[in-house]
Amino acid sequence: MPTMTLLDRTLDVDAEGFLQKPEQWTEEIATEIAAQNGIPVLTADHWKVVRFMREKYLSTGAAPSIRTLGKESGVDTKGLYQLFPKGPAKLAAKVGGIPKPKGCI
Amino acid sequence: MTATLTAPVAEPASETQQITKVSIIISKGSLDGIYPGLIMANGARMEGMEANVFFTFFGLEAVLKGKNENIKVATVGNPAMHMPTMIGGLPGMSALATKMMMKKMEELDIPPVAEFVQMLADSGAKLYGCHLAVQMFDLKREDFIDDLVDIITVGDFYHMAGGGPIIFT
Repeated sequence: MPTMTLLDRTLDVDAEGFLQKPEQWTEEIATEIAAQNGIPVLTADHWKVVRFMREKYLSTGAAPSIRTLGKESGVDTKGLYQLFPKGPAKLAAKVGGIPKPKGCI
Repeated sequence: MTATLTAPVAEPASETQQITKVSIIISKGSLDGIYPGLIMANGARMEGMEANVFFTFFGLEAVLKGKNENIKVATVGNPAMHMPTMIGGLPGMSALATKMMMKKMEELDIPPVAEFVQMLADSGAKLYGCHLAVQMFDLKREDFIDDLVDIITVGDFYHMAGGGPIIFT
């Protein structure tokens, strides 16, 4: 498994930089990953989505769909794409330290 | 005088070019005819790609106010349904098959057509109606959902699709 060093920590990641072990994640790491992926500052709304994504994954074993994200995260679909223009589900998962979402929707 | 080339003319083989934009045509009005295009457009937006969707012919049903809440699965003339045509043609068969399929889709968190189209528009995908099909069915702008960006010609669509693949469904 490839690794990546962030803030002096070695993290297990996939080829695209998604953390493979959610327990290696910290909020500082999230901020760092966000900055590397075009989000210089994580706002309160970013955090809302990132935390929702992470908690859903940890409790169900799967990342939520974009529909669930828009309905339950506290940020609607339009807002999600404003916060994460390069793909809300994918980016929130990456910042939230969980593996890349597998679903098609 | 002819110049001597010191470097090869052809571009060096670069890494596979990334898709950054897709334009999808939805031409059918059954549930199974509409969903693939919606799912592909949504998938493009989820990857951060630009997405245009061009609704034509019976595909217009997906963006017609009210009508897009009533899209059905076609149970006749579809060998993959594994249902004899005579049975598929019985009253209520299409409604039953639709109900069963929608239940499965809900389990997979796939929204019904009207909600899906709304979600696509909210995600920033651009939705267009086909000018000729609109004329053919005697439709007006008011018949369509507000999120339809415009009613455009085939030529407009091609221009808009420049730089990315066109997918016909």
